[in-house]
Order: sequence, then structure tokens, then C-alpha cells
Amino acid sequence: MNFDVDDDQQLLDDSIRRLLRKDYDFDARREILRSSAGGSDHVWKTFADMGLLALPIPETYGGFGAGAVKMMGMMECIGEALVVEPYLSTVGLGAQFVSRWGSDAQKQEVLPAIAQGRLKMAFAQIEDGSRYELGHVATTAAKSAAGWVINGEKRVVIDAPASNKLIVSARTSGDIRDAEGLSLFMVNTATPGIRLKRYTTLDGLRAADVTFDNVAVAADALLGTQGTGLVMMREVVDFATALLCAEAVGAIRSANEATLDYIKNRKQFGVAIGSFQVTQHRIVDMVMSYEQVKSMACLACVQADTAVDADERSRIISAAKIRVADACRQVSQDAVQLHGGMGLSDEMKISHTFRRLTMIARQFGDADHHLARFAA
Amino acid sequence: MDLNFSAEELAFRDQVRSWLNATMPRDLRDKVANNERLSKAEIVRWHRMLADQGWIAPAWPVEWGGTGWNVVQRYIFEEECGYAGAPQLPRFGLSMCAPVLLKFGTEAQKRRYLPKIYNGEEIWCQGYSEPGAGSDLAALSTRAEKRGDAYVVNGQKIWTTIAHHADWMFCLVRTSAQTGKRQEGISFLLVDMKTPGIRVKPIILMDGGHDVNEVFFEDVRVPAENLVHEEGKGWTVAKYLLGHERMNSGRIAGSKRELQKLKKLASKEMRNGVPLMSDVRFRDRLTRVEIELMALEITNLRFLDRMRRTGQPPGADVSMLKIKGTEITQLITELMMDAVGPLAQPTLPVDDIDGWDMFVASLAPVYCLTRKSSIYAGSNEIQRNIIAKMTLGL
Repeated sequence: MNFDVDDDQQLLDDSIRRLLRKDYDFDARREILRSSAGGSDHVWKTFADMGLLALPIPETYGGFGAGAVKMMGMMECIGEALVVEPYLSTVGLGAQFVSRWGSDAQKQEVLPAIAQGRLKMAFAQIEDGSRYELGHVATTAAKSAAGWVINGEKRVVIDAPASNKLIVSARTSGDIRDAEGLSLFMVNTATPGIRLKRYTTLDGLRAADVTFDNVAVAADALLGTQGTGLVMMREVVDFATALLCAEAVGAIRSANEATLDYIKNRKQFGVAIGSFQVTQHRIVDMVMSYEQVKSMACLACVQADTAVDADERSRIISAAKIRVADACRQVSQDAVQLHGGMGLSDEMKISHTFRRLTMIARQFGDADHHLARFAA
Repeated sequence: MDLNFSAEELAFRDQVRSWLNATMPRDLRDKVANNERLSKAEIVRWHRMLADQGWIAPAWPVEWGGTGWNVVQRYIFEEECGYAGAPQLPRFGLSMCAPVLLKFGTEAQKRRYLPKIYNGEEIWCQGYSEPGAGSDLAALSTRAEKRGDAYVVNGQKIWTTIAHHADWMFCLVRTSAQTGKRQEGISFLLVDMKTPGIRVKPIILMDGGHDVNEVFFEDVRVPAENLVHEEGKGWTVAKYLLGHERMNSGRIAGSKRELQKLKKLASKEMRNGVPLMSDVRFRDRLTRVEIELMALEITNLRFLDRMRRTGQPPGADVSMLKIKGTEITQLITELMMDAVGPLAQPTLPVDDIDGWDMFVASLAPVYCLTRKSSIYAGSNEIQRNIIAKMTLGL
């Protein structure tokens, strides 16, 4: 047993933290949120220069071949700093689909470009009525002489506005909720027939509803084997969920630190409000949740990297996500409550951490969704 | 035991209900239903409709425009307004400043202010909280120094709801240096918001909206005649106002209406091809809230009945209604957000989007904003302290 990270890993984590404290502090982040793109080219380039975009890319394609465990430090830093750049979409989802099931040509095209910061990706999966079910897909891809024609509408495609390429789940056969008949396609976001309706999300991310109107793509847009989309999505979304759990660790730690600092310094009735037992017990519960979440994030990331049995992997990652969702709710609500009115102010980082934690609790499935999957 | 309203009370309820149904403007009703913010003009419009009907200030004495209703009728009226989704009117003038003036004001003050509160001509805000005085209100430090026939006010208020719309503010200020008890030396002043030296700065909350403000006072001259009650007795006035809190702080009817909306939404949203309402996990969560609300409604009526029979003003009862009521409201906003699943994430369009669903897009921001209800008007921690102290003698 060894929960320590090695020295190289520690050095990398420290330098990420230093970078984000400098270039992604609260004010810098607010400027980024207000910018028209809603993201920072400078930060993305720095991520590339530091090798952070290459972390999980196989070595043959210019990366470091890292798994989820080696990405935990980066994800925690993202959670702490509330980074809104398309890291999880590009590296945690897009690159994963391609490295696991892409043809050599697809890998050559995509992976080095991601590692070098030239390519961003998004995962177009959610649809009206799908909630969190990966298998609920009405979008269709029909075989044509030249390749495929995609029709349908995807909702809440996180990071679609910044993306160069989309991974799209579409039905090549079967009915709307059949497990069989799903396929994945990698398409350029700028392909004719694709239309984006862009918006910002509660937590400051950019996203879009994406319409596919007779979108013609070449035969080699198909990713992996036709009809096996659900298995691929489960594996990659499990991986990304494990990373999201690590992001939650950072966000929760940041909320707890801010709250502890606040209750030590905020004086009412002549004393720090942290001297009241009702306050103390509440923050102790928050800190205990942090430790539990950190443990579950470790468990989830190890599973994502090493599980042999897919069902067992999914079950354990669901367990982690349930614990994370519960902690996100508890910590975000209590952190704001302990901050009083200040906790609701847009000028305070805690109100932004609250919003991100609220969304992390639901991203890739809320607690109810994962409870059902765990029990299945 | 009879848990029902009497025939007269039911007839009264029907009268109120049919008036609301017939009168409430469609556009205001829709805005409230979509969780949209109302403009000042819209709030005043609804205020005047109620004033024209004679129902704007039920609790006031009849000679000043009150309705003469008893506590149960007043409760029924407020609940019906909530249930109908009527716009919530700011309480600062009607149910805070007015009762204070009626109890402590001079005849001249009553004549000057009450009619304009009644007809909606002047909007009020409340200057209580300060950066260093939140839960600990007596720690306030905004100073008012008597110079000739005026007080000169310097200091800062915070979390001042609708200060940006208000014509007047009633506020607590320190008129003499803190010597003995901290509650002494505080006075209750009425301040014209147009007075030179007042600056109102918006505070944007995490739903992106503007309701609250910081208000800065720099050598603001307030005529001495704007003092209410005696100098240094402002705490007595503030305490009277706390005891005057309404018996509907549980906001039962509003929650019932939201719960109905939630059920409708959960019947429409699908999970695995069946309505979300059939999903046991979700339905049980919803049902628990519904049962808590059911219980709170009866609890509220029990407290009301006790108050009617004993004639005692509500004590720590109000604290319990506030805690439970706000907890229920918060849970409903959370379930509402959960009901739409991932579609709760979009909140602000970047492109001009046809068919942008304002209601769905409001659910997550409303959940965020509603966190304030367990903080404002005496945080739920302070309310629990009150119950521990007043009811349990701890």
C-alpha cells in the first residue's frame, strides 16, 4: 500500500498550482469568464507547454501515457482554481475515445494536435429526454455512398463553442433506448449542416445545443466498431467521471479552506463566529466529507486505470460519484451558509465554487442516477 | 378537534380567490410563473390594484386603510396571494415602517408617510445590516450626530434590498457613543434616499441578478423631525418590529404552488422512458418535502389558533415557521433543478436563441439565490438560538 505520489508527480502538481495561482486567480478568471470566447488561449498554450495536455496521450503520439491516477493532481488544481478551459472535454473525453479506439490515421490526426494545444474537443451526447443515460440516443447516422449522414439534436454539449472536433453518439440501428446499434463519429465542428446555439452554464462554462441537419461525413469519421458505441461511452465516461471526482476534491478543499478562513476572521458578538459550536461542528463535517471524497476519488481513479471487469469498474465509479455528489451538496450549501450574505455575492469566490460544486454533483449523472446503476 | 376553516372563513377565501383570479394581470402572473424579476413599475402596478381594492394593508387600523380582518382572515388572504402566484410586494413600507409609525410615530409623521406607503407612491427600504453587524445587529456603527435641527449621518449599510428603487429608508443609527449596553444609544431614523451624500452600490448575487445593495452615507443631513420615538430608543422600536413578524413566514401557499409546478414538471420529464414522477428515488424525495409541508401547514394553523384565542403576539413560534418554511422552499428549488437533469445547466444565452426556455433556464439560478432564505431576516442559526433561549430556557 502506498498513497504517496512520487517526487516527479509532486513537482508537476506544485508547478500547476503555482501557474494557476498566478494566471487563474479569482480576478483573472472573472476576466476570462467575461471574454467573448469564455476561455483563455494563453492558459491553454501554457498547459500545452507544460505537457499537461499530453498527460494521458500515448507516448507514441507525443504524450506521457498517464492514467487517471497520474491526472488527479491536475484535476484537483482545476477544481481549486475553477478552471473553465475545455480540459476534461478534450483530454478526459475526446483524447480517450481516440487513443482507445481510433484508427492509426485518426490517432495521427488528433492526438499530437491535442498534446500541442492545437485541437480542442467536445462530446455531443445528451439529448432531450436522455437525462444521464448514455444509451438514450435518437440522433441517427445513415450510411451513404460517400460515408455517413447524421441527423439530430444534441443538448448541453459542454465546450462545443471552443471545440474543433466533436465526438457524436448516433444510432446506426435500433430504437431510441436500445443498448445495441450505437456508434460514435468524430466530426469537425465546422462541418456544413452543424449549427450551434451557444450559451453559458451556471458554473461559467460555455456550451451549446448542437443541431445536425443532414451532416455528411466521410466513412472514416466512424470511431471504433460500428454498433459498439455504448461500451465505448461507458468506459470513457467512467474514466472522465473518475477525473471529475478528483476535480471535486480540489473544489471541496478550496471551499473548506475559504470557509475556515472566514469563520476564523468574521467577528460577531465580539468573537470569531468560528468559536461557536454550531459553526465548528458544521465545518468539521465538511472536512470529514473532504477526506471521504478524496478516498473515493483515489478508488475511482485506480479503478479507471486498472479494472479488469467493466461492470465492477462502473459500480465502483458510481459509488465514488454518489459520495462526491452528496459531499458537493453538503459542502457547497454549508460553505455558503457559514459565509452568510457574503456567500451569495458574485464578488466572492465561494459563490462560484458553490455553482461549480452544484454542477459537478450532476455532471455525468446525479446521485439518483448512480444509485440506480450501483444497485443494478 | 376541527381542522377546517369555518363556513364564513371559506366564503372569505372564495371571495379573495375569485378576485385574484379575475384581477391579476396575465403578464405579471406569467412573469412570476417564469421566475422573472419584476420591474419597479410592475411592482407598483400590482400594489395600486390592491390599494384600489382596499386590500393593500390588511393589518393597519381601519382609519388608516386597514381591512379590519382578524388574524385568520389575514392569514387566508396572504396564503391566497401566494397560492395564486401574485407578485410579492416589498414589505419594508407596508409591514415594517408602517407598524412602527403607527406605534411610535407622531401624528405628523403618520400623516406624512402612511398615505404614500398605502398608495404605493413611495417605496421604502430597510437600513439595518452593516458590514460588521449582521446576526449581531447591535454592533452597528453608522453614526448620526445631532447638529442644530438635523442629524448628520456617516457610515454604511449592506444587503439593503431594493435600495436602488427606494424613495425612503428607515434605518438604525448610533446617536451616542457606546457606553453601557450596546443596545443603548441606537436611534430609528427616516431618511430620504434623494438626500445628498447617499450612494447606492449594487451587489450582484450568484444568480446574476440585482436585488441588494451597499448604501454609503457621507455627511447626510437628516431633519431632526425624521427621528421616530425617542433618541437612543431605536432598539425598542426594532424589537417591536421583530415581534410584529407575520404569521405566514412559513410561506406555505407559495411552497404549495411551487410543489404543484414541480409535480407537473416531474410528470413531463422522462427517465428511462417513464415519467420522472414514477421514479421511486425522485418521487420519495418529493413526497418527503410534501409531507413536511403538510405538517407545517397544520402547525401554522395551530399557532394561529393559539394566537387568536390567547391574543398573545407570536413568540418563538415565528422562528420555527421561518426555519421550516425556508428549508422547504430550498428543497423544492433543488428538486425543481434536479427534475430537468442536465438541462438545468444552461442559464444565459450567448446567441439569439429561438425557443430559449426561460423557465428551465431559471431553475438553477433560483436554487442558488434561494440559499439566501436561510440567511436573511435572522439566519436559521439565530432563529434556533431564539427558540433555545425563549422556548426552552437554555
